[in-house]
Amino acid sequence: MTLEVAGKSFETDEEGYLANRDDWNKDVAEAMAKLDDCELSDNHWEVINFLREYYDEYQIAPAVRVLTKAIGKKLGADKGNSKYLYELFPYGPAKQACKYAGLPKPTGCV
Amino acid sequence: MADEMMEPGGGGVTKKFLYVNRKAPYGTIYALESLEVVLIGAAFEQDVSMIFADDGIYQLKKGQDTTASDMKNFSPTYRALEMYDVEKLYVEKESMDARGLTPDDLVVPVEVKTAAELGDLMENQDVILSF
Amino acid sequence: MLLHTINKSPLVNNALSTCLRMAKDGSGILFIEDGVYGALTGTEITAVVEKAMKTKKVYALEPDVKARGVQDRVIKGVQLVDYSGFVDLTTEYDKVESWL
Repeated sequence: MTLEVAGKSFETDEEGYLANRDDWNKDVAEAMAKLDDCELSDNHWEVINFLREYYDEYQIAPAVRVLTKAIGKKLGADKGNSKYLYELFPYGPAKQACKYAGLPKPTGCV
Repeated sequence: MADEMMEPGGGGVTKKFLYVNRKAPYGTIYALESLEVVLIGAAFEQDVSMIFADDGIYQLKKGQDTTASDMKNFSPTYRALEMYDVEKLYVEKESMDARGLTPDDLVVPVEVKTAAELGDLMENQDVILSF
Repeated sequence: MLLHTINKSPLVNNALSTCLRMAKDGSGILFIEDGVYGALTGTEITAVVEKAMKTKKVYALEPDVKARGVQDRVIKGVQLVDYSGFVDLTTEYDKVESWL
């Protein structure tokens, strides 16, 4: 599959995750979100950027339980909870946010 | 064994899982597969321990750089294990000595145990998975 | 007690020696597949296995021994088991550790 962004096409897997992490930029994230009828707010970006940093550090997309805990540690308890994260990313915070962040699907997600 | 792994945590029975890692990281797929199984299994909130022995210790060697070999360097992922509540990492003393390695050479804090101590640990598990 | 299975030839793979470092007295060692080459007389590891037999029970899977034509060389005292004997062993011991 491919994703078209501003006249350029990017290779994705069958679920829409970027094939090459280096292809990622903010426009790609916004185009992916648009396909899900989702407008990216600062709160979305906070999580997306967190995931990209997490991946750089650990070479893995975190499981949702780990993401929630780590977000809580970094951004505070009002954000480190399932309710907040599912409101931002109704398709599943780890799955959906990882996709917009250009990361592979979290290990263990099916 | 598969059935036992499919009992999700929370209300379920907590079992003691031991992963025994004996292969070097890049020559075969065992090390990466083991790490992935551990990370996936962590979602089931079991009591997990990992043993690194023989060349499996090299999985944890600091300074791995795969940029020139076109493989993924997964050694940083061992540092994420703590966040998955996998905190019991053991290395075999005999294997460390045979390779001239000390815990300072490794990417994560580990507990050094002798083969005999690890033998006791094995007897005390519910499930043992070898990689 | 654990039943340890060894499925690679101990002449080229160190699983057996690591297994023997860790295995408790009273545990079982079962040679299967190419592991059965570890249960033979006249090899460079025969003495190691004979020593282990003093404190541990040692078995070899007979179909794998026969397939390799080494049935006349099995160390005396190594107990040969068939497939159903293999299954019995897995229930006699508390758990199985499959060394690779």
